[in-house]
Amino acid sequence: MSALVQVTGVRKSYGAHEVLAGIDLTVEKGNVLCIIGPSGSGKSTLLRCLNHLEKIDAGRIEVCGELIGYERHHGHLREMREKDVARQRRKVGMVFQNFNLFAHRTVLENVVEAPVRVKGEPRDEVTARAVELLDRVGLGHRQHAYPSQLSGGQQQRVAIARALAMRPELMLFDEPTSALDPELVSEVLAVMKDLAVSGMTMVVVTHEIGFAREVADELVFMDGGVIVESGPPAEVIANPTHARTQEFLGRVL
Amino acid sequence: MTTEARVEEVNAMNEPSPSGEKVIARKHYGRWITAVLIFALAAVIVRQFATADIDWGIIPDYLTSEAILKGLWGTIWLTVLAMVVGIVVGTAVAVMGLSDNIVLRSAASFYLWFFRGIPALVQLLIWFNIALVIKDVNLPPLYEGTTNDLVTPLIAAVLGLGLSEGASMGEIVRSGILSVDPGQAQAAKALGFTQGQTMRRVILPQAMRVIVPPTGNEIINMTKYTSLAFAVSYSELLSSATGIYSMNFKVVELLFTITIWYLALTTVLMFVQSRIERRLARSRGTEKKSRNRSLSRGRRTKGVPA
Repeated sequence: MSALVQVTGVRKSYGAHEVLAGIDLTVEKGNVLCIIGPSGSGKSTLLRCLNHLEKIDAGRIEVCGELIGYERHHGHLREMREKDVARQRRKVGMVFQNFNLFAHRTVLENVVEAPVRVKGEPRDEVTARAVELLDRVGLGHRQHAYPSQLSGGQQQRVAIARALAMRPELMLFDEPTSALDPELVSEVLAVMKDLAVSGMTMVVVTHEIGFAREVADELVFMDGGVIVESGPPAEVIANPTHARTQEFLGRVL
Repeated sequence: MTTEARVEEVNAMNEPSPSGEKVIARKHYGRWITAVLIFALAAVIVRQFATADIDWGIIPDYLTSEAILKGLWGTIWLTVLAMVVGIVVGTAVAVMGLSDNIVLRSAASFYLWFFRGIPALVQLLIWFNIALVIKDVNLPPLYEGTTNDLVTPLIAAVLGLGLSEGASMGEIVRSGILSVDPGQAQAAKALGFTQGQTMRRVILPQAMRVIVPPTGNEIINMTKYTSLAFAVSYSELLSSATGIYSMNFKVVELLFTITIWYLALTTVLMFVQSRIERRLARSRGTEKKSRNRSLSRGRRTKGVPA
């Protein structure tokens, strides 16, 4: 029993529109889960629930055996205090579609900021680690550049280093290559693949079917707020059993 | 116009035409006429001032007299204190106004409604006379005594001007915070920043480029508004001037003296402001370029089948 992420019966609605209609999901430690699906299928919302950037209406999410965002209170689930949610987020790194690097900070400062401010680690120790991480994503030479001076692919690689600097147990990727010029996609995917090989547990929302086939341990296809189909990526891609999966893969492949 | 004619005209503008015809500048007769009219008007006004019964010679003496310099210091000091109160209160009101907490949000909008709606002069007078409502102040570690002793003219002026400035600054800081991409706050939250850390370390530093230029205007306005403190007998430029002319009746001379000082102060502030704005514009320019780039990138990828 080493499920790092355990999602049980998660539901969420915006008004009358049900975005997540009962999601069950397990990610084992060290595994990579890729989520694909048409836009509006709820895949990004699900990802954002995993670190409580979105509230849920029912069900529960556990990461490392800890209930995320909620606490038991007289037989009900009650939303945690903001401070406690912030503490839980320390062990879950997240990479966004639009990078969201801190625009007023240099590359190195972006990576150093959170471990120093949030965890209170000594700055020189964190800086040494940050330089290593930047080398690892191939940007050791751009430490003192500002995000606006970097290409999209470089910014996204810094964003990955920034998340890793917190030494997370789990990494979430929300369409990390969707905002990139086509020729810059591969450099980001290479970093992600390297990370997967090193044993990081990852949940990746993506449109890159090739990446999913190569790197994922499990592939999930979502549509209309439910998981339509899941399994080993090669199988799901080669022999989709549901008509909706077939139709979607037919369009993107 | 035929194409030929247009080409000819373009040639005529760019270089001497091959046939050697000279290109001459157009005469702006309208400008000459307005210039003459403005000069005439200025001459009339100058003549009025020159022939009026004004003792010009005493203005330079008063400019550096002890009483006026004391007033100048009072004006500068009050501007600084009232702006500090205004910026602190304004930031608090803006952050409260954007909070998830409905109590804080309501308190912020009440503040804005209340302090924006009362003239600064009335607020000054209310603070100055607050002892009529609250006789004693008993806050043991801070202050114990009568309100009359606590609320000096300076305190009344700082509260009156600062709190109403807080309402204006609140709006400015609010628009600054809203100018920052929401993705920045999301990234900070995902890294484990608390709301307070997100605001202080990520949002406010980036909101500065929107907040700083209008704050310059507020400082310039505040320099002028401090003259209202004359009504609560705080010692600033205007009260120094009236104090002197009520004895020697050199009314216009003294008003001109402080006019020179007010213009000197605002000129310095405007110069500083334009320097800061130019620097901000430069950094904003590079930002804008990168934002356009990422926008076009988004468009391009949409067209590419994944």
